[in-house]
Amino acid sequence: MNYNWNWKIFWEQSPDGQGTYLATMISGLYWTLGTALLAWIIAFTLGSVIGVIRTTDSKWGVRLGNAYVEIFRNVPLLVQLFLWYFVLPEALPESLGDAMKQIAPPWGSFIPAVLCLGFFTSARVAEQVRAGIQSLPRGQRMAATALGLRGAPTYRYVLLPIAYRVVLPPMTSEFMNIIKNSSVALTIGLLEITGRARSMQEFSFQVFEAFTAATVLYLMISVVVVFGMRWVEKHVAVPGFSGPVQNAGH
Amino acid sequence: MFENFDFDTIWRTAPYLFKEGMTFTLTLTAMATVGGVVFGTLLAMMRLSAFKWLAMVATCYVNLMRSLPLLLVIFWFYFLVPYLGAWVIGSSTPIQVGAFWSCVITFTMFEAAYFCEIMRAGIQSISRGQTAAGYALGMNYWQVMGKVILPQAFRNMIPILLTQTIVLFQDTSLVYVLSVTDFLGAASKVAQRDGRLVEMYMFAAVVYFVICFTASKLTKHLQQRVAIIR
Repeated sequence: MNYNWNWKIFWEQSPDGQGTYLATMISGLYWTLGTALLAWIIAFTLGSVIGVIRTTDSKWGVRLGNAYVEIFRNVPLLVQLFLWYFVLPEALPESLGDAMKQIAPPWGSFIPAVLCLGFFTSARVAEQVRAGIQSLPRGQRMAATALGLRGAPTYRYVLLPIAYRVVLPPMTSEFMNIIKNSSVALTIGLLEITGRARSMQEFSFQVFEAFTAATVLYLMISVVVVFGMRWVEKHVAVPGFSGPVQNAGH
Repeated sequence: MFENFDFDTIWRTAPYLFKEGMTFTLTLTAMATVGGVVFGTLLAMMRLSAFKWLAMVATCYVNLMRSLPLLLVIFWFYFLVPYLGAWVIGSSTPIQVGAFWSCVITFTMFEAAYFCEIMRAGIQSISRGQTAAGYALGMNYWQVMGKVILPQAFRNMIPILLTQTIVLFQDTSLVYVLSVTDFLGAASKVAQRDGRLVEMYMFAAVVYFVICFTASKLTKHLQQRVAIIR
């Protein structure tokens, strides 16, 4: 292999005027985390609402919820991103569409990316929340009714607190997915970690150093998320109760 | 809004989209699925192996692949494969690898990590007594695996393997970043050439939706049939 390794490249000035290449990569980390966290707020809120609707008795609610999940799960993320970025401004009334196209550079791709990732992941969260609620014994809902709760309070005080604990492991991997998926936003010009590595490679020709830096950043995020969620899991565990999902299998 | 939606562009370019683009997408999906399942099964056997270091190597590989975004892995392999190829055949200059083979290698290596986890669960779902029975009959490791454990593990995991294949089919759209003419790449080329972004991306979304929706419904159907038989 005759490749010229040059790890000192990270201390050289990058052409984007943000300081060294290292500083550029770190700022990519912030964009990745910012995009993922904002999108996660949308995904979690919307996903919980739709997941809950899919467990209610309302026939049309369930149908709409199912349709929502199917639509967002069966179209590739990249296509959805293009729909948000290229197609939505055309489909909206002209004044609104033009306003969207004129948003200043980083935000012009940041906002569609956040919305796209948020809605995309919300369908997955909805699926987890539905599965979590339906994995609970029927007696839980009956007990809530017996206590005089109905509708929303049943979910708020009885079903959801346990259901969220049950689906904590799959939710963790959805959260990891939203961080990884944010890299797709580089196709519409958002300079998150992968996008920065790509532009660093184009400017400096140090391909493998750039991608190694990106790899290390993603591994760091993944370690932090895994340990963080382990802590959360321990923190919220109800003594004497372990979710049915964790007990499944072996 | 859609008053000047141009169906004509879609009809005119559909043959190109399917003949060039969809063929690429489907070929890539098929090859990466086969390669990924084979390599993933080997990884799963390594992870369950009694040799600690073998298990550790496989675990590290799987965890590494699973914590990286597919896009980054696509870029990694796109630049790495020419150097690796040169190293394998002892050439001093990076060899030329076409975008197609680069994609096949990337998706095989990446999806193998996910198929590994599925196959590991599949192998573990077979009771240990079966392995013991195999050994008692005088079979060796490869015979027990090949004739007793793996056929059952595969059958149990078919619905999940198919679901993962649908995910893989969707993920192949990411080769767009290498300017490859897969289905989305073809749609995007036409969109940019004719200035018909709305039509082409809507059409791509509809096609992907129809294929994935049908495939996932069929998978669900199969799952129910398998469940009844057992």
